[in-house]
Amino acid sequence: MASQSDDYESVVKVKREEAVAEFRDDHKGFVKTVQHALHVTPSLVPLIVLIVSIIVFGSLLGSKFFSASSLTLILQQVQLVGIVAAAQSLVILTAGIDLSVGAIMVMSSVIMGQFTFRYGIPAEISILCGLIIGTALGAANGILVSKMKLPPFIVTLGTWQIILAANFLYSANETIRSQEIRTEAPILQLFGTTFKIGANEAGQGGATLTVGVIFMLVLVAFLAYMLRQTAFGRHIYAVGDDQEAAKLSGVNVDGVLIAVYALAGLICAFAGWALIGRIGSVSPTSGQEANIQSITAVVIGGISLFGGRGSIMGSLFGALIVGVFTLGLRLAGADAQWTYLFIGALIIIAVAVDQWIRKVSA
Amino acid sequence: MEPILKGRNLVKRYGKVTALDHCDFDLYPGEILAVIGDNGAGKSSLIKAVSGAVIPDEGEIFLEGKKIRFASPIEAREAGIETVYQTLAMSPALSIADNMFMGRELRKPGFRGKWLRQLDRSAMEKFAREKLSELGLMTIQNINQAVETLSGGQRQGVAVARAAAFGSKVIILDEPTAALGVKESRKVLELIQDVRARGVPIILISHNMPHVFEVADRIHVHRLGKRLCVINPRNHSMSDAVGYMTGAKVPDQEMEMA
Ligand SMILES: Nc1ncnc2c1ncn2[C@@H]1O[C@H](COP(=O)(O)OP(=O)(O)OP(=O)(O)O)[C@@H](O)[C@H]1O
Ligand SMILES: [Mg+2]
Repeated sequence: MASQSDDYESVVKVKREEAVAEFRDDHKGFVKTVQHALHVTPSLVPLIVLIVSIIVFGSLLGSKFFSASSLTLILQQVQLVGIVAAAQSLVILTAGIDLSVGAIMVMSSVIMGQFTFRYGIPAEISILCGLIIGTALGAANGILVSKMKLPPFIVTLGTWQIILAANFLYSANETIRSQEIRTEAPILQLFGTTFKIGANEAGQGGATLTVGVIFMLVLVAFLAYMLRQTAFGRHIYAVGDDQEAAKLSGVNVDGVLIAVYALAGLICAFAGWALIGRIGSVSPTSGQEANIQSITAVVIGGISLFGGRGSIMGSLFGALIVGVFTLGLRLAGADAQWTYLFIGALIIIAVAVDQWIRKVSA
Repeated sequence: MEPILKGRNLVKRYGKVTALDHCDFDLYPGEILAVIGDNGAGKSSLIKAVSGAVIPDEGEIFLEGKKIRFASPIEAREAGIETVYQTLAMSPALSIADNMFMGRELRKPGFRGKWLRQLDRSAMEKFAREKLSELGLMTIQNINQAVETLSGGQRQGVAVARAAAFGSKVIILDEPTAALGVKESRKVLELIQDVRARGVPIILISHNMPHVFEVADRIHVHRLGKRLCVINPRNHSMSDAVGYMTGAKVPDQEMEMA
């Protein structure tokens, strides 16, 4: 039948003698190469920005900034944001957003504290309860997003208010004082435990690490492995990239979404534990800025708000960049508003770079 | 002979639109069944109903005589039905290898795979490269390049290679050559014949009549959401087929066997 039309196809009808798929790599221009490198390793930009800002502040401020104690102080100051940003990254990779991260963090810390002090439950069990409730709150977000097909922004805008209100009602706005915790349930402050490396005899200078800082670094390393090396990680990217395509190509989209939001809730509950370590007390009014700070870190870290692109390392770098600017400008004696100004500019630059990287596909 | 895949009375409505209107469908073992019809006739809806991508509102589907009800494409895949959707269903930012193994990733042997759940990237890349080379239809720079950096035809090639590599019972191709060049289309047609030689039946949706008439054993003509007739390409001309499809001609027999 085909011969009936005309035989334009006969030219190529000869059986498959030719070309197995070739794998070649031709050289492109410099800009293209950069664009491609960023496309493959999106955390490169924040890493470079981080290194450059450390060098700039280091050369402006000298040893005041460029010392083991200042640099590790930055780590301590960003630990909470770093942990919450890790949770936020997972959600944003699925093309969602979680506005309830701060609320889950505070709620979990309040539960850990109140269960211990109000009901006399052993602190270890209270902590476990806090972690479980954080996970459950996250899972609830995930179910609303996946099964009810509601937009993540709206769902978490709602749960943010609900959890926060529940947190105030349940805690009756009561703070548990640091002193009390230290004597009765020190494990609640575990994340605040410090190690000093290379300090002098008076205990000054040198690097200071806390359990919270180490937890943040281990968490990011673990999540980076999960995202790159496991099927679950690949599915997170696929869901964020094109949900319909992921579904058709055999990904359990609802399952992935629920797992991601639940995991984010668990990480936020750990952040709640770390929050107690950081501020010493359990306070229902603390940690409110975690939402916006975590989203800032994620965006500066080069994770696309449209989902499916970016790496978790990026958001750690993003959090660190904010920390470097905050401390550096403070040590330089600048008005704190300069920090916000720079961070605002960085956010816009980061989004512009994301759009540019996406053009690689065009 | 019993059909390997059979649909009866399938109905699928999208709001006011009835995409499938009490449609029947039969695919016999080892055959290439082409499905033709106008745009919007309901061809894609039909294959989505049998591949688990949509759940029909009414009707029954049988695979090898057993009644089935797929709740998702994953279940259809597990039953051995592999589909290339018209939209290709690939994750643009992920690599070719990632896409080929989406949802059926290989894990490293031993401790690292079992406990650390680590993917066996080199094995997946090797397999993907082999399958693409078999198709011989593209000059791809790197198996790890993101699918979005491929041309439309190359993407289609990857999707076809994925289906051919994993389909064990039925392979469904929804316009697999629509974006392909002359040479690449030929390769896909050869691949379709190879797959049939392996004994796996194929459903081929296409608007390209010469291709349909070249490879199909039977042609299912779809019109207004249902099967109008099934014709044997050896007894009809292309203009007959186009006539039936558009309503210009009325078939005198509903079912013809190959
Ligand atoms: N997801 C959807 N939502 C609403 N209507 C839909 C949807 N999918 C298909 N339809 C409608 O169902 C009808 C059949 O569509 P379908 O995609 O099955 O046609 P088709 O035969 O594959 O056409 P084409 O040759 O253009 O691919 C059309 O009228 C279409 O508008
Ligand atoms: Mg179609």
